[in-house]
Amino acid sequence: MGFLDNLDKTGEGSVLVTSVDTLFNWARLSSLWQMSFGLACCAIEMMSTAASHYDMMRFGVIPRPSPRQSDVIIISGTVTLKMATRIKMLYEQMADPKYVISMGNCSNCGGPYWEYGYHVLRGVDRIIPVDVYVPGCPPRPEALLEGLMRLQEKVREQGKAVDLEV
Amino acid sequence: MPEILERRTIIHSTLHTSAPIQEPEMVEPRRLHTEEMVLNVGPQHPSTHGVLRLEVILDGELVVDVIPHIGYLHRCFEKHAEHMTYPQVIPYVDRMDYIAAMSGEHGYVTAVERMMNIEVPEKVEYIRVLFAELQRIASHSIAIGTYGLDAGAFTPFLYLFRDRETILEMFEKTCGARFLYNYMWIGGLSHDLHPDVLPMCREFVKQSRATHKEINNLLTFNHIFMERTAGIGVLDPQVAINGGASGPMLRACGVKWDVRKNDPYSIYDRFDFDVAVGSSEYATLGDSFNRHWVRMQEWEQSLNIIEQILEQYPINDTTDVQSAIPKRIKPDGEIYSRTETPRGELGFYIVGKGDVKPWRVKPRSPAFSNLSLLPLISRGYLIADLIVILGSIDIVLGEIDR
Repeated sequence: MGFLDNLDKTGEGSVLVTSVDTLFNWARLSSLWQMSFGLACCAIEMMSTAASHYDMMRFGVIPRPSPRQSDVIIISGTVTLKMATRIKMLYEQMADPKYVISMGNCSNCGGPYWEYGYHVLRGVDRIIPVDVYVPGCPPRPEALLEGLMRLQEKVREQGKAVDLEV
Repeated sequence: MPEILERRTIIHSTLHTSAPIQEPEMVEPRRLHTEEMVLNVGPQHPSTHGVLRLEVILDGELVVDVIPHIGYLHRCFEKHAEHMTYPQVIPYVDRMDYIAAMSGEHGYVTAVERMMNIEVPEKVEYIRVLFAELQRIASHSIAIGTYGLDAGAFTPFLYLFRDRETILEMFEKTCGARFLYNYMWIGGLSHDLHPDVLPMCREFVKQSRATHKEINNLLTFNHIFMERTAGIGVLDPQVAINGGASGPMLRACGVKWDVRKNDPYSIYDRFDFDVAVGSSEYATLGDSFNRHWVRMQEWEQSLNIIEQILEQYPINDTTDVQSAIPKRIKPDGEIYSRTETPRGELGFYIVGKGDVKPWRVKPRSPAFSNLSLLPLISRGYLIADLIVILGSIDIVLGEIDR
């Protein structure tokens, strides 16, 4: 797990040589608390991901119903114009550091509603910054888990001057 | 205020418990000056099952009135239907009631087929009914599981989602999609039944009966759960009929109304099953417990139908499932056709003017009518009971807002 490889086990006690950034990033990526907030169809797949078969908790992702206690918000479904202002407010209520996963085509770009929909926000990235986009209508639970792992990779390298191989 | 308290006492005394509860003597509350408070529940709230906002007017902890605000998931189904051809509307029907997509598709394709007088091959009808009933179990699994969450029980949710994955696997093997299928087409199906599905289905029926028993022990007859739900949110049958309620919400009041029996579509008249209704054996007729109990019974009845399909299914029939799909879909005229989805009576009013695109597609959504009765059945209860009442209605916001 990243910085644990640097443990020097030669002496009596273990010596840890690392930077503060690496330590903090490791702590952050290991317990990404997710805001349990469902919008539409994708929310049911998000529930499936959290339930017994896929078990999101093994990645340290625990659903929290409050924006104040959560680190990552998963935009799971169609963002209508009526809902957009509420989503922006929820994002602003979250404490830093905060991350956004856009789940599904609707929140990526408007999905099947982009052409004739007079009501849909064509991409949630127009109101809040998105870290990871997960495509699909709806994405499979495996795809959401992949998105979460990509986010973890991003958090691991944040604040460092390195190229991401993603 | 005293009037509401009195009502609450009456309701509380109808609670069914194994041992008679010694009611404490009611002391007339002192006339305190109380002020009503407005509390917003939602649109971001784990108990509103989506993006519903409830404006609750409270007197202390008692609910004086509830005003549901909808429209946070309005996806203009009707506007899209104007722009699409008849087969292209099917994916949008999927996304309307996304928890029971197969049932929604079944309703839409039945309506268009009735409009065009299409005879569907028998094999196709069997597959459709099989999948619609499997979908009903999957949908009720979510309804019962999340209802447990609302009342504070987490374990049934995990058991039910485990079983639901088996159903989704069968759907996925057949049509490639896990959740929103676009499987039932006008006059046929997109794919033939996968050969693995029938053996899987036999296994599933056995497993599901065991789970049904387990959930009854864990949740339904759990004393805490019964205390939370029995006698809460009592709906009068007459009010339910006048309010347009359907599905488990109506049947919990003791009204024996099921479109599958009363106005049979597809091949439902060939199967022997009971219409589950609420009973006053365990709790008050028409209360939250009975709505849950009707869902549990319907689950069992669906398993009975699936067993009969497995017996009757024409295995040697090699008909192409796409053989009856018409080349030109340009119906003329209008129709109202209704089917029974897990949430109730889903109707489609379609007007065609001999064009490839429908002139109007108006869905009659069961969850919308059921939700409209929420203010009537939650006045006078505690705010904690409001969550239980809302959970028992089993709403899907995609279908309410459309």
